[in-house]
Amino acid sequence: MSCQKLYKFSAHQLREKLNSREIKSEDILLSLSERIRETESKVKAYVRLNGQNLKFSSQTPAKTDGLLNGIPISIKDNICTEGMPTECCSKILQGFNPPYDATVIRKLKEAGALILETKLNMDEFAFGSSTENSFFGVTHNPWNLACVPGGSSGGSAAAVAADEAIAALGSDTGGSIRQPASFCGVVGLKPTYGRVSRYGLIAFASSLDQIGPLTKDVRDCALVMNVISGYDPMDSTSVNMAVPDYTASLGKDIRGMKFAIPKEYFVEGMDPEIKNIFSEALEQIKKLGATYQEVSLPNTKYAVPVYYIVATAEASSNLSRFDGVQYGLRIGDRGQVAGDRGQSAENRLIDMYNKTRGEGFGEEAKRRIILGTFSLSHGYYDAYYLRALKVRTLIKNDFDAVFKDFDAILAPVSPTAAFKIGEKASDPLKMYLSDIYTISANLAGIPAISVPGGFTKGKLPVGLQILAKPFAEEVIFQVASAYEQATPWYNEEPKL
Amino acid sequence: MQITKDTVKYVAALARIELKEEELARLSGQLEGILNFIDKLKEADVSQVSPTSHILTVNNVLRKDELKTSLKPEKVLNNAPHKEGTSFVVPKVI
Repeated sequence: MSCQKLYKFSAHQLREKLNSREIKSEDILLSLSERIRETESKVKAYVRLNGQNLKFSSQTPAKTDGLLNGIPISIKDNICTEGMPTECCSKILQGFNPPYDATVIRKLKEAGALILETKLNMDEFAFGSSTENSFFGVTHNPWNLACVPGGSSGGSAAAVAADEAIAALGSDTGGSIRQPASFCGVVGLKPTYGRVSRYGLIAFASSLDQIGPLTKDVRDCALVMNVISGYDPMDSTSVNMAVPDYTASLGKDIRGMKFAIPKEYFVEGMDPEIKNIFSEALEQIKKLGATYQEVSLPNTKYAVPVYYIVATAEASSNLSRFDGVQYGLRIGDRGQVAGDRGQSAENRLIDMYNKTRGEGFGEEAKRRIILGTFSLSHGYYDAYYLRALKVRTLIKNDFDAVFKDFDAILAPVSPTAAFKIGEKASDPLKMYLSDIYTISANLAGIPAISVPGGFTKGKLPVGLQILAKPFAEEVIFQVASAYEQATPWYNEEPKL
Repeated sequence: MQITKDTVKYVAALARIELKEEELARLSGQLEGILNFIDKLKEADVSQVSPTSHILTVNNVLRKDELKTSLKPEKVLNNAPHKEGTSFVVPKVI
């Protein structure tokens, strides 16, 4: 059956084939393995792939009538999978084998999904917008191998785009699902803060992080959300609120809906091609019977600086757990428990911390930890951290005001299409500025999706972003599905 | 704001990260650029604004203090670079 190229299909299409007994789950695994063997040397979406046959959490799905029964799902390297290495693409976590499954993994397994043991590449600890900061090396954009796939969930987006994954999970702290989804021409959703449990997600910035799906189409995204959403006592920031059937929002028309277009997004730095593609998307939205109007999010100019204070401060605290004691790398210990007279005892412990962290963290991780530690340190806390938290309130208020009058906000995902590998690698500030349209959603905690919205002349995909008020994922799915049905973009495939 | 190599050295010590001489030099320049950009926040009027540290309006989440099974010690210790019995081993501190 594998001659059918089953890897090309979406999860819901494969579910239909499985239901009608046209295929077996093993056929999908076989086909996916073949595809990965065929194209992975070009894309490099996975890490620790040792050329052998792919391994899954189980070869046969649990006997359930689960929504994802028999469907293989690929996972970003920062989500814990019991007994399957999870290293956050960092040297400091090398060899880490989680003793438990993240809640999203448990839920996927309960729904019958098969988890790939080989994980997806990412920027180390999700610090980056290009997947160039991975300890394992860079992932290539399937549409143009000289370009980055975006980041930090670059492996997830590239694998789905290259048909090397049926569907994937990523995480989004400042755009890390939506921007790579846009760069690779797939669907990527950052859910509302609190919608999906983060138990087992290796934390970057706890007030911003969310896990979400990267999929081939909007229906798959809704399907995965149906499985992974919901309250979890193991994550006290998850919200105890009923989970609707997100697939019920698909296929509804959007006649009469009102959309807001933030005028602050159309300033310097935006590639004219992106602007044109976005204008065409708006035309399409109008044809579908909706209206749009320009609005102001006046504090947009503060979003990037607020983000790089808040996110790095939280990261510096979260990453203090990597100290060479409980897991991963340890350097400068010499294995001696007693008897070294060359150094005072206290210094030997601190020396071990310093060496382990100095050696184990990559350049961007060190930069962010130092920046975060600085803004939390004595004498700078009020001027940087506290001020950033206050400006965050202003950014949130901007969104609250707009959502009083509008169903959703439409925006680009990134000011440019995928850039060349190496183009921004040496200039961290330039890289940070490329997050301008995505980070506000994390600061305000609102849900946002990237759906394929067109192509540049150079045939690089460009996403359309739809943002809605907290817990209004249904609105997002309704709009995304209507737009997807009316446009040809998701039928296009990269040539590999 | 000027970020000297000494400032970076001081903060790196707080963060328990050993940096090489060339890293100190590179980071001081980069951090200065980033912080100058972040100084844009000084333009915002926040005199009447309270901080948002968390986006949800949830209060402290409490649970009952009940005995529950948790991970087995050997499972937790499995990843330790240095262990003995049911303990993590660290360099001698006293």
